[in-house]
Amino acid sequence: MIAVVLLVLSIYFGSDRMKYFDPALIIYTSATVFATFGVVYRYAVWLQKPPTALYWRRGWQLFLQPGSLLKHIAELCRLFVQNFILQIFIERRSYLRWAAHFLLSWGCLLAAAVTFPLVFGWVHFDPAPNNPSMYVPVVMGIPMGRFPAYSLIGWTTFHLLDFSAIGIIIGMVLSFRRRMYDTDAQALQSFTMDFLPLILLFAVSITGLMLTVSSTFMHGDSYGFLALIHAFSVIVTLLYLPFGKFFHIFQRPANMGVHFYKAAGAVSDRALCARCGADYASSMHVEDLKQVLAELGMDYTFDDGTHYQDVCPTCRRKMMAVNQLQAIGGPGFL
Amino acid sequence: MENIFVIDPARCIGCQACVQACGECGTHRGTSMIHLEYIDRDVSVQTTPQICMHCENPTCAQVCPADAIKQNPDGVVQTALKPRCIGCSNCVLACPFGVPKYIAQADQMMKCDMCYDRTSVGKRPMCATVCPSEALFFGPAEVWERRRRGRLVNTWKFGRQTVKTGVYMVMPGNSALPESTVQMDVRLGAIGVVQRQEAKR
Repeated sequence: MIAVVLLVLSIYFGSDRMKYFDPALIIYTSATVFATFGVVYRYAVWLQKPPTALYWRRGWQLFLQPGSLLKHIAELCRLFVQNFILQIFIERRSYLRWAAHFLLSWGCLLAAAVTFPLVFGWVHFDPAPNNPSMYVPVVMGIPMGRFPAYSLIGWTTFHLLDFSAIGIIIGMVLSFRRRMYDTDAQALQSFTMDFLPLILLFAVSITGLMLTVSSTFMHGDSYGFLALIHAFSVIVTLLYLPFGKFFHIFQRPANMGVHFYKAAGAVSDRALCARCGADYASSMHVEDLKQVLAELGMDYTFDDGTHYQDVCPTCRRKMMAVNQLQAIGGPGFL
Repeated sequence: MENIFVIDPARCIGCQACVQACGECGTHRGTSMIHLEYIDRDVSVQTTPQICMHCENPTCAQVCPADAIKQNPDGVVQTALKPRCIGCSNCVLACPFGVPKYIAQADQMMKCDMCYDRTSVGKRPMCATVCPSEALFFGPAEVWERRRRGRLVNTWKFGRQTVKTGVYMVMPGNSALPESTVQMDVRLGAIGVVQRQEAKR
């Protein structure tokens, strides 16, 4: 609720007490407020899960260590560029997959960066007082330079949403192609988690482009109808945001916390397997996992007080055969 | 006829056919998910294959902070969902059978998904298809009953924790016995391991 109140207050004050808020866009705003509530609510529920809660807490503890904070901030910036901006980790899976994700994600982010401030009234364009052919972007009530309306800058600015729509459509085609022909994707994909988001993004992009086509080449023919179905597709996408695949946008950055957790574990005490003595993880990780298992109601302790987590994964695999051979009474099969 | 998946480590001859075949599975092309371990290479040639046991209540999914491991309605525990997996390795450490693999290049967990592209359409998984000694068996329960001996077990005790799995292991005894449990004893040395450890101390 706090997030929703903050959003509503920022819309109220950011649009100069609703002076620059377009009432025709109220339905977009309502859907965004709902999506914000849904995302924050789901995130809060997610953080209550024992393993998530523990790693969330531990990740911040390690990140905010006083002696290493500056180093950690620099590392976070590097990870942000590598994982969020360039998305290198997807390129390692396949170049086409990276291209599809890059176009889809940046198309969506660009569209969101343009749409939300305009819808909320945070940004509007005023003609320059002494020269109406010049446009002045006003951000939160503050004029931010000026540019000629009929210029490359003006044309690019007014068509940013078209560029993002083209990027999204190319990315969507690449993703759809993978889902149609890739056996990996085919085995595991589902309509609601994998196809619906692509269909929604396609609907938003194509109807958005049709608005431009209508206003530029068709003298605004059917503009009202197109605006209606565009609004409908955007609202359905916003309502889907907290529940479907798009939630990974908010969930996935936890990977950066894991990076700090692993880095701290690599230079701290190591856990040695109780059976073979091999170094198999950090003590911190093993002890945290014991705590998580206990919170989940799973009891892997033995009567003598030892814990199954103190045995390395390799020995666990061997134990399957060892226990079977013990039952058989030595080598040989049944 | 319902298909069952059975592992019988004692029959494993270490030929690595399952390892090679696993890498050709459509759901994880090029990366073999099966484990093949020597139980004590110094003193024995005995090997053991390890596939995902597809637990009814998978510990890996429970400890996943990102909700990345899902179970299909038919009980198959899937590999991590790529958009969600944050590469924390919790599942790698928590799995009682030591199954999930952390793939550093992708910064993701991957694991055996019982060749879901094949088994979901009635085909056998790659490993069971090529296993020459039936250490890995996938087929109708009636076929197994007809030509094999021993009892099938899919309930395990790790300390105080009971784990029930979709995959069975062969243990000595009558196959008609009621369901029984394997009490996993981690103190057992695999022919010399304990002695060597004691010598080190």
